Amino acid sequence: MNVKQLSLFLENKPGHLENALKVLADRNINIITLTIAEASDFGIVRMIVNKPEEAVKALKESHFTCSLTDVLAIEIEDKPGSLLKALHAFSKHNLNIEYMYAFTEKRGDKAVMIFRFDDIEKAKTSLLEEGYSIVKNIDIIGA
Amino acid sequence: MFFNKEMETLPVNKMRDLQLERLKWSVRHAYENNAFYRKKYDAVGFHPDQLKTLDDIKRIPFLTKEEMRQNYPFGLFAVPLEKVVRVHASSGTTGNATVVGYTKNDIEVFAEVVARCLVGYGATEKDIIQVAYGYGLFTGGLGLHYGGEKIGAMVVPISGGNTERQLMLIKDFGSTMLACTPSYALNIADYIEKKRPDYDIKKTKLRAGIFGAEPWSENMRKEIEQRLGIEAYDIYGLSEVIGPGVSGECSEKSGLHIHEDHFYVEIINPDTGEVLPEGEKGEIVYTTLTKEAFPGIRYRSRDITRLYREPCKCGRTLIKMEKVTGRSDDMLIIRGVNVFPSQIEAVLMEIEGIEPHYQIIVDRKGALDDIEVKVEVNEKIFSDEIKVLEALSKRIADRFRSVLGISAKITLVEPMTIPRSEGKAVRVIDRRKI
Repeated sequence: MNVKQLSLFLENKPGHLENALKVLADRNINIITLTIAEASDFGIVRMIVNKPEEAVKALKESHFTCSLTDVLAIEIEDKPGSLLKALHAFSKHNLNIEYMYAFTEKRGDKAVMIFRFDDIEKAKTSLLEEGYSIVKNIDIIGA
Repeated sequence: MFFNKEMETLPVNKMRDLQLERLKWSVRHAYENNAFYRKKYDAVGFHPDQLKTLDDIKRIPFLTKEEMRQNYPFGLFAVPLEKVVRVHASSGTTGNATVVGYTKNDIEVFAEVVARCLVGYGATEKDIIQVAYGYGLFTGGLGLHYGGEKIGAMVVPISGGNTERQLMLIKDFGSTMLACTPSYALNIADYIEKKRPDYDIKKTKLRAGIFGAEPWSENMRKEIEQRLGIEAYDIYGLSEVIGPGVSGECSEKSGLHIHEDHFYVEIINPDTGEVLPEGEKGEIVYTTLTKEAFPGIRYRSRDITRLYREPCKCGRTLIKMEKVTGRSDDMLIIRGVNVFPSQIEAVLMEIEGIEPHYQIIVDRKGALDDIEVKVEVNEKIFSDEIKVLEALSKRIADRFRSVLGISAKITLVEPMTIPRSEGKAVRVIDRRKI
């Protein structure tokens, strides 16, 4: 039920993201969602793509440094206070979020958010216990 | 003005006689009192008895920096440790540092050669010398300190850094001379311009600067003199020979007089080792003539210069060397600290996962040297978390600071972005215009 996130190292310079995305486009790989974390000289692009293994292979062949990271995609009700409620559940279980970002499209009437926990196994157990629905990789791709 | 008129104006033939006599003593001293020298000379069939003329020095094999490192810490000392009263050391990882020792007499000689330089710059006991070289294992601070005391000047041992305080003491104490690296002098000028426009250094009593420990050009001299309103003089030296004071400029600022009664010099072709005739440019090789604790016999300095003897208006008969502006190896001098690319590589290789693809870029931003080390990020060190990569950069920077004594900016770059020529990365880019 883990989602494979593609994490990519890029220098913080014009054209570098473009070059990386061209590699994916050439392989007909679709980006489902993407976020960039930036430091002063470099950034880490985190994305969910429809063919993560193929994406990693293609990027490595083009001399990019990248890896797959296990993250959780969690359904959250799309109404005021529901993210807060989810966060409350995490803190109750002492789960630390390394980073998080949202999907652009809803799944039915629910929003989907990606969470990177420091302890993913503990997070899964706790979230199921709290009644949260963890989206499986295949579900997101919707293929 | 001379500190030791007899030696500084000795006729050339008499100087040669003195050098030969001292060379015989020095080589014999090294051979008889140091196992490394003895073994090395025995292996090539050289014996001190073979020294009949100065020219016979060519029979002696060179001493290299590498050999000094291999003999860390005290392997090249030629006196028992109880006779050693001080040590200095060059920068480097523990195993790479060169430790040099001094007997009481060596310290006297060290102080005297610095004193001669100071008098050459016009210093007297009335001067107040602010020593802004670092004090410590580095020879700069204590070298200038003892030299200043030797001529009876008032020495202000402020050490390096803290520019605000430097300016305060120049003003309050009425310092007349400033001893520091030339790049720090320019840094002071920048500081005044940016942060203390109210501070008029030209109205202080500062009149001369004693600059060394790194290469600097005539253009830098003009800039320092104009911006600080002082006369800027070059002092040269290396810890392996004694420290600052091996040579120094005089009022003429047209080359540095070498204190040849203590240091015998040759110029060689760095590729073949062949001794070149006087006047030709090449690598300068030093032989100490009077040092007791740490004799250096035919030490290859890797500094590139030219030697010439011409009647100097100052009256000194001592041979002159041109300002050193180049090296025959890849050593970098960053803010007065000697750094070899191999040392940078050693620090990087300590860190797990880092591949030997890196690049060192040295630049002069404003007055100070900046060093940037680019490291390619591979899968082993990559993480999806920013904090992990930032911690890695910090760890590398901390190691450079503690091991090499330099503050480097670490830049993480994408794989295959550091240019490789014939499969080997271009390691050092020096953009400084010195």
